[in-house]
Amino acid sequence: MLCQQCKELDAVLNLTHLVGEAVQQVHLCEKCAAERGLPTTIAMPKPTAIGDFLSSVQNQVSAMPGDAARCAYCGTSLRDFRASGRLGCAQCYGAFEQSLRDLLRRVQGNVKHMGRQYDAPTGEAMTQDAALGHLRQQLHDAVSREEFETAASLRDQIRTLE
Amino acid sequence: MTLDLSLLPDGGVPWLAASGDHADVVLSSRIRFARNVAGYAFTARARDGERLRLLAQVRDALPQVPSLGGAAVLRMDEMTLTERQLLHERHLVSKELAGLDGANEVKSAAAVLVSHEAGVMVNEEDHLRLQSFRSGFDLEGAFRAATRLDRDLGAILPYAFHPEFGFLTSCPTNTGTGMRASVLIHLPGLVLTQEISKVLQGLQQMGLTYRGLYGEGSEVIGNFFQISNQTTLGRSEDELVEHLARVVQRVVEQETQARRVLLRDAGYIIEDKLWRAYGTLRHARSLPADEAMNLLSGVRLAVGLQLIAGLSVYTLNKLLIFSQSAHLAHAAGRTLTESEANLARAKYVRRVLADETGPAGEVA
Ligand SMILES: [Zn+2]
Ligand SMILES: [Zn+2]
Repeated sequence: MLCQQCKELDAVLNLTHLVGEAVQQVHLCEKCAAERGLPTTIAMPKPTAIGDFLSSVQNQVSAMPGDAARCAYCGTSLRDFRASGRLGCAQCYGAFEQSLRDLLRRVQGNVKHMGRQYDAPTGEAMTQDAALGHLRQQLHDAVSREEFETAASLRDQIRTLE
Repeated sequence: MTLDLSLLPDGGVPWLAASGDHADVVLSSRIRFARNVAGYAFTARARDGERLRLLAQVRDALPQVPSLGGAAVLRMDEMTLTERQLLHERHLVSKELAGLDGANEVKSAAAVLVSHEAGVMVNEEDHLRLQSFRSGFDLEGAFRAATRLDRDLGAILPYAFHPEFGFLTSCPTNTGTGMRASVLIHLPGLVLTQEISKVLQGLQQMGLTYRGLYGEGSEVIGNFFQISNQTTLGRSEDELVEHLARVVQRVVEQETQARRVLLRDAGYIIEDKLWRAYGTLRHARSLPADEAMNLLSGVRLAVGLQLIAGLSVYTLNKLLIFSQSAHLAHAAGRTLTESEANLARAKYVRRVLADETGPAGEVA
């Protein structure tokens, strides 16, 4: 159905309107709907809509030096993050900690998690795959902290399980 | 792989039952948790082998997770486009997981687990998207079920968690609780009385957001809105759920008030309009999807106003979801052109309404 106002674009908004005594069907494209202040996703962009979020990422990250900084684990760079708005892995949070803290403050209005705390399962409770994943995570943490003795022992544990 | 819908517990849509509070206004309540498993790169960066391993890990965990008892495991990468669309129409999978968002194909090892209680999308934007639906206005019930699943699964799989940032997600807009609480709500009274813009603006000022029936970027059509929390960080899960519930309660009251005003000031016009919508649904031979949605919105309002008797909200819920294109194609056993789908839709709607309220004078 064509937009009844511009008669050019497809109508995406189909509303029934009460105008005085009469009830009217209104068919509008996004552009015309926005002009008339009717609720569409375009008319009232949400702060979390991906476009806004990305521009927020872009503004913030481009103001930062060290564009080429990379996460040691997954290889994602700040530039990649700026392009996609997606982080590559959990370790990225450590690698880009300062930038992320600024960004979170902007898009979430907060940086501190106030929800439930969580302890990852250890040992017996875990399936072998899960235990391996956990050990790998610890290994990467140890390497990034340059704790090479811990890393070596973790590597042995991983080998045993594999 | 052919999708056998009988394998899905309750068709994956027990929330259609219209059993909860205010079920004619609030169709469903949903809680979703975004979680990632430590030791793997996030889905987009993960290799095929890692995604497969993750899926295997989740399947291995199943016997130890009571809320996923009897879950069907559906591999998206082994399904046809129509089957993936059908699961999306049932709100069981996101556009991204189903490879319907245009930009991305279905990822290897993308899957969905569906049980009576809850569901899990695997290898979505985040490794895991846990979700629970409840019929009607029952955020608490959905929250309890989703939390149970989250705790059970998190006791077996190590989630990526950071003491300051909380649960770590691929997109920082989900970081923290990783929780999205939402209701699917029908607001024709507020739309007809033109109060809706004000209400939606109010939502945004209260840290909530809204979208259409099918999530991010989907159109608002048929006066159906999804209302959810906008931020995930800085407040506890309980606070976020309670806040949403309080605001939705108020929106329900505003909607009820708007309906009263409509009946008082424009009674016969509204009544005429709604009966015409019902007449069209009962007799039309071709029904485009958008038109069907708007007519169903009208009839839903009529049932809520107790103008039409003998028609259940359950039937209206069913019509809303099962009259969509992929459902019609699945029932027909082949893909349908748009005009074929319009014919099939009209036929399906006529049959369901006749089953419930008796024949409408058609030649047998
Ligand atoms: Zn237009
Ligand atoms: Zn990374």
